[in-house]
Amino acid sequence: MALDKDTVRRIARLARIEVADDQLEGLAGELSNILGWIEQLSEVPTENVAPMTSVVAVVLPMREDAVTDGGYPDEILRNAPAGGKGFFQVPKVVE
Amino acid sequence: MTALNELTLAQARDALAKGATSSAELTETHIRAAESARPLNAFITETFERAAEMAKASDARRKSGGAGIVEGLPLAIKDLFCTAGILTTAGSRILDGFTPPYESTVTANLWREGGVLLGKTNLDEFAMGSSNMTSHYGAVENPWAREGDNRPLVPGGSSGGSAALVAARAALGATGTDTGGSIRQPAAFCGIVGMKPTYGRCSRWGTVAFASSLDQAGPLTRSVRDAAIMLRAMAGHDPKDSTSVPEPVPDYEATLRDGVKGMTIGIPKEYVLEGMPPEIEVLWQQGIAWLRDAGATTKEISLKHTKYALPTYYIVAPAEASSNLARYDGVKYGLRVEGGELTEMYEKTRGQGFGAEVRRRVLIGTYVLSAGYYDAYYIKAQKLRTLIADDFKAAYESVDAILTPTAPSAAFAQGEKMDDPIAMYLNDVFTVPASLAGLPGISVPAGLSAEGLPLGLQVLGRAFDEATMFRVAQVLEDAAGFDAEPAFVAGR
Repeated sequence: MALDKDTVRRIARLARIEVADDQLEGLAGELSNILGWIEQLSEVPTENVAPMTSVVAVVLPMREDAVTDGGYPDEILRNAPAGGKGFFQVPKVVE
Repeated sequence: MTALNELTLAQARDALAKGATSSAELTETHIRAAESARPLNAFITETFERAAEMAKASDARRKSGGAGIVEGLPLAIKDLFCTAGILTTAGSRILDGFTPPYESTVTANLWREGGVLLGKTNLDEFAMGSSNMTSHYGAVENPWAREGDNRPLVPGGSSGGSAALVAARAALGATGTDTGGSIRQPAAFCGIVGMKPTYGRCSRWGTVAFASSLDQAGPLTRSVRDAAIMLRAMAGHDPKDSTSVPEPVPDYEATLRDGVKGMTIGIPKEYVLEGMPPEIEVLWQQGIAWLRDAGATTKEISLKHTKYALPTYYIVAPAEASSNLARYDGVKYGLRVEGGELTEMYEKTRGQGFGAEVRRRVLIGTYVLSAGYYDAYYIKAQKLRTLIADDFKAAYESVDAILTPTAPSAAFAQGEKMDDPIAMYLNDVFTVPASLAGLPGISVPAGLSAEGLPLGLQVLGRAFDEATMFRVAQVLEDAAGFDAEPAFVAGR
């Protein structure tokens, strides 16, 4: 599956990763190469195979719907690049 | 009298129990050893003052009668495990300055059992790689060198720093994580033991996530016994990780020497690769002979979807990574690159914070999960995963364990295999299938290449049957008598 520059630009947008224009061509080549290699999976018939949904045979365990953690906002905010007064601060979201 | 840092973890444990040495002395020796190993660039963060304090506390605990499974033993921790109050980077610029307010369950278990923290080890960025060349903190050097060649070699990856330190005798043991081979392959490249437990055996809580259905913590050590000891300390059910399984953790050390008499060992014919160096095939045959000599039967088995395991992995793992790495956005922790508005901040932060390999994988993952491609790629890969797991299930109806080489080559030079990502991915060809099936695997150093570099043999076990896997590994270790040493050994 060959990817072109525009597709890479779109995927980079979806992934929220800035890619410089002059890097798009090279990246398209690399990703196309990898996807081309992956293409071989289509050789395997899988019409009657269920996709794996769990690696181990466990049922998701449930717990009491009770508050058991929290109440230390200072610790949570300690690594914040910007904030204060109990909030994480981000650039204004423009409508 | 063996230097304290050249003892195995088990020998050091016994010396401490007898009173022949103290944790303070043992740790001091390891701090000196770690300092002398600095050229390897194996540590991202050294915690020597803390180590000395922990050692002192351990000696005091021992005096009053308490001694945990790894009491007083200096260990190195891959910088993918959150350690409270200590910088944790995942080898990435995007976690610049991140100091977790909590401790991962696996490391909390080790400290509860008396372990001493030497430092946080270098790794491929976000555990993505098999050479430790993708770390924001620079490459790690393998303490081994080719005969007559002084070019620095890779230690393997992603747990390259952990493997290099243990091989260099600068740590008694180290933790790693293994998603597609990131413990087993560097263990093979560095001539040490490394194992990945069954998925669900160790808790993933507090471990920076790469691919949540594949990641598993495990030990890197200089002997099979050491790995058995460390795993027992690390493993166990954790209510905070819903994928950790409430299976009791056996005393792996107790059954280590039960042997392999009467066992049947499977030899998968699809693991013979075109272009594989003949010396690896020879070593594999040698391993088969060793197991037969010890009373096991060996038989050829077919894991017929083996060749599709790597491409399957390179859909599943990047897809899960693209989801797990979405949290790195400059908002809550780590690097923030200012942007005019929010989306720009996200894009610039992630564009500058992620390295090239991480970016490649996140983009592949985003693509294969995107509308219109999800069925063709991701669902297809999950079906292949079922087939690969079923291959193993069928095989285990007639065998108790499986023997394969660990890696398709010995350690290569830094800078090699960097032109084509797929050339690097092929390092994991023997380790990835067991990861996809969630099965336990161990690499044991078994011989040397023509250039004098270590080669490993891999044993795979049934789910939650690490005990059998360890028994087979012990027989291999005894038979191999691997006593070659790297060019650099700390303290000499």
